[in-house]
Amino acid sequence: MFRSLAPPEYLAKIDTIKCIRCKRCIQNCGWGVYSWGGDKVLINTSKCVKCLRCFHYCPEEAIEIVDSPTRFKSNAYWGWNVIRNIKRQAETGGIPLTGMGSDLPYTILFDNLLIDACQVTNPSIDPLREPMELRTYLGKKPSKASFETGLDGKLRLKEKLPPQIKLKLPIIFSPMSYGSISLNAQKVLAMAAKECGIVMNTGEGGLHEDLFPYKSNVIVQVASGRFGVNPDYLNAGVAVEIKIGQGAKPGIGGHLPGEKIPLEVARTRMIPVGTDAISPAPQHDIYSIEDLRQLIYAIKEATNYKPVSVKIAAVHNVAAIASGIVRAGADIVYLDGFRGGTGAAPSVIRDHLGIPIEHAIAAVDDRLRQEGIRNEASIIAAGGIRSSADAAKAIALGADAVGIATAALITMGCTTCGKCYTGNCSWGITTQRPELTARLDPEVYAERLINLVHAWEHELKEILGALGINAIESLRGNRERLRGVGLDSQTLDILGVKPAGR
Amino acid sequence: MNHDYQKDISGCGLTGLISKKRRRVSGSSIVKSLCLMNDRGNGLGAGYAAYGIYPDFKDFYAFHIMYDDAGVRFSAEEYLKNNYHIEKIEEIPTCPVKAIPISPLLMRYFVSPLKDRLVGDTRPDDFVVSTVMKVNSEIEGAYIFSSGKNMGAFKGVGNPCDIAEFFKIEEYEGWTWTAHTRFPTNTPGWWGGAHPFTLLDWSIVHNGEISSYGINKRYLEMYGYKLTLLTDTEVAAYMLDLLIRRHGLSISMACQALAAPFWKNIDSKETDEAEALTALRQIYGSALLNGPFSILFGHANGLVGINDRIKLRPLVAAAKDDVVYMASEESAIRAICPSPEKVWSPRAGEPVVVELEKK
Repeated sequence: MFRSLAPPEYLAKIDTIKCIRCKRCIQNCGWGVYSWGGDKVLINTSKCVKCLRCFHYCPEEAIEIVDSPTRFKSNAYWGWNVIRNIKRQAETGGIPLTGMGSDLPYTILFDNLLIDACQVTNPSIDPLREPMELRTYLGKKPSKASFETGLDGKLRLKEKLPPQIKLKLPIIFSPMSYGSISLNAQKVLAMAAKECGIVMNTGEGGLHEDLFPYKSNVIVQVASGRFGVNPDYLNAGVAVEIKIGQGAKPGIGGHLPGEKIPLEVARTRMIPVGTDAISPAPQHDIYSIEDLRQLIYAIKEATNYKPVSVKIAAVHNVAAIASGIVRAGADIVYLDGFRGGTGAAPSVIRDHLGIPIEHAIAAVDDRLRQEGIRNEASIIAAGGIRSSADAAKAIALGADAVGIATAALITMGCTTCGKCYTGNCSWGITTQRPELTARLDPEVYAERLINLVHAWEHELKEILGALGINAIESLRGNRERLRGVGLDSQTLDILGVKPAGR
Repeated sequence: MNHDYQKDISGCGLTGLISKKRRRVSGSSIVKSLCLMNDRGNGLGAGYAAYGIYPDFKDFYAFHIMYDDAGVRFSAEEYLKNNYHIEKIEEIPTCPVKAIPISPLLMRYFVSPLKDRLVGDTRPDDFVVSTVMKVNSEIEGAYIFSSGKNMGAFKGVGNPCDIAEFFKIEEYEGWTWTAHTRFPTNTPGWWGGAHPFTLLDWSIVHNGEISSYGINKRYLEMYGYKLTLLTDTEVAAYMLDLLIRRHGLSISMACQALAAPFWKNIDSKETDEAEALTALRQIYGSALLNGPFSILFGHANGLVGINDRIKLRPLVAAAKDDVVYMASEESAIRAICPSPEKVWSPRAGEPVVVELEKK
């Protein structure tokens, strides 16, 4: 039998004294690590991804999953994954795939930025006593307002604004398609979005009919595969997003394998059961900015002028691209940094293409201001937002709102094992296997996601209070309240942030 | 866009008065009122602004300019001569004061833009604003600290009484006065850094620290303002200029952009008004001055007092006959008006708008 020279990453261990042979680990593992050997559980550790499902569901705490102690000789240059990938490629001739965002140790700019706080000269504000406002509106705003006073002496707005997406706090759930994640996972997002007064994004997978009741909390996405796109779909949500690129895999398309396309996914995507769903790298009707403009306006015409968002990966020239997108008529620019997650991407692409979201926000916000068009579109920043602090820093750099996806999946059980592309997710998130998806009870996990959003909401209010401001718009683009630690002067210059101590 | 600046912060005391019937009041009252609040400043800055003081030159822009030395004056005047008709040049009259051993060269010009400089749709006001921006940011050592018509600002480093004596404030007569004493916490004394801060006939005195300064500054830069002073007051002045003069908002709407009503209050209004105020916040979110402040701003037609949205700095108002007073402390009002007909504490975010009677 062929045995790979790429050694297993993890070692699954069962304490045979503690083990009561209940076989729950066998049932719970989506990867086939465990099997029944007649009198004990057998372990095929090479299949283990360390998702910890078995660990959590073992009633006797008999299971331990450790990083395999058997490693190649340690080498700071030829690292474990480097050698392992070469061996796998030598055996298969293929492109190693991965899921989630890049885990390589590039500098994390968020962790080198610190937020200001008030002392003496300006009082801090207690969010438990004073109003603290996080409400955010996404969409195109005119540069100035005009009002009139009617004959009745009442104030009126002269020219109505283009439609806006109202968010209770500046967070949205980033696009994850039905297909890449399970319907139950999408239901968690939809229920939480509704409860929290924010929105979710369908990703490129159509809108399943079970999500129709949540339409006012949904942004529908149109991407290069055009899956699930029809007039009803376009009109279903509060806005339409054109996906050009994704932070985890800029410049390449998507590939949902046929194994993840059972009947329901196929119906929602409007494709045959079991066929691979290929999203081409470019949109085949967009080869330049003027083509994008046509699509933006085609969608606006089809939707009676709902806001249109354009999602791009953060790449080197992101500022100029974003400026073009705004001038092409987009109401929202969605920036996805290179740390952003993915259901499936070649490792080489995920780990080596794109730029950090922090740089992208700063560059785009600066450029739109220099051109005097910052009001023309809102900026959503996503791609590695891990906490309310990251969100606050992204907003201070210039984003209107942030998108979170990995954090939302973690509330559903995800441990960022990175094997989403296999369709075996033991937590029922990135899989379509019915016995696995059934584990993800939407109501139970929606409550956890709601808890997370509420917790971040409280934390954002505490941060604003410490900053002595009581509305999120006073943090937006307020880089004066950020300081860099250990960043070189050029990086600080690009971020528009002073070093700590100055 | 320059981000590597050092922002200037300070605590303060302020006072102002306005005669609605345009009775010209001597500067002595405002000096008395301000000097009562000596302990709100630390002697590192005080100033006065007055309206109606130049009746003989009321159709000319009155430029008050401070120069570090005579050489700078030469280059600034060169620039002015090329762009303006200059009706009169004079030194601003001063009186030697022991406590003020050094002062910049202080000049006053009554000018009007040359017709051929007003190309296209440029209005004289726009041209003056661009001159102020240009001189203050590009001519090192020259600073235009007053540029309105029939009004002027007088300010410098010193105690309120000394600055008043130095500029002979008591000799001016105006129908609107504002005054300010300063407690800077981090700046060396610079004469330009004192209040009032003015642009055209806007004059601002301000007590507070605007915690949203960073975004307010970047928002104004998008509209071509150059923020050279790095003070909150400068932000407030330019913001009012943008909202009222350039965007045509009423004073009341501009105040509601600067100290926006809370969403819960907006949501409880009737549909039309709620929609209007929602739009105001959506469009002018970056203009919201967040953080503690009380501001008095004078303009050609009146005086406005405004507090931040949760009133983190004091502001008291009083009225007697045709005069309305506003100050950081009630005592500063009672010092010059012992028995006002009405004294009140304006609510958070609700502006006190006083207009001069039509002539």
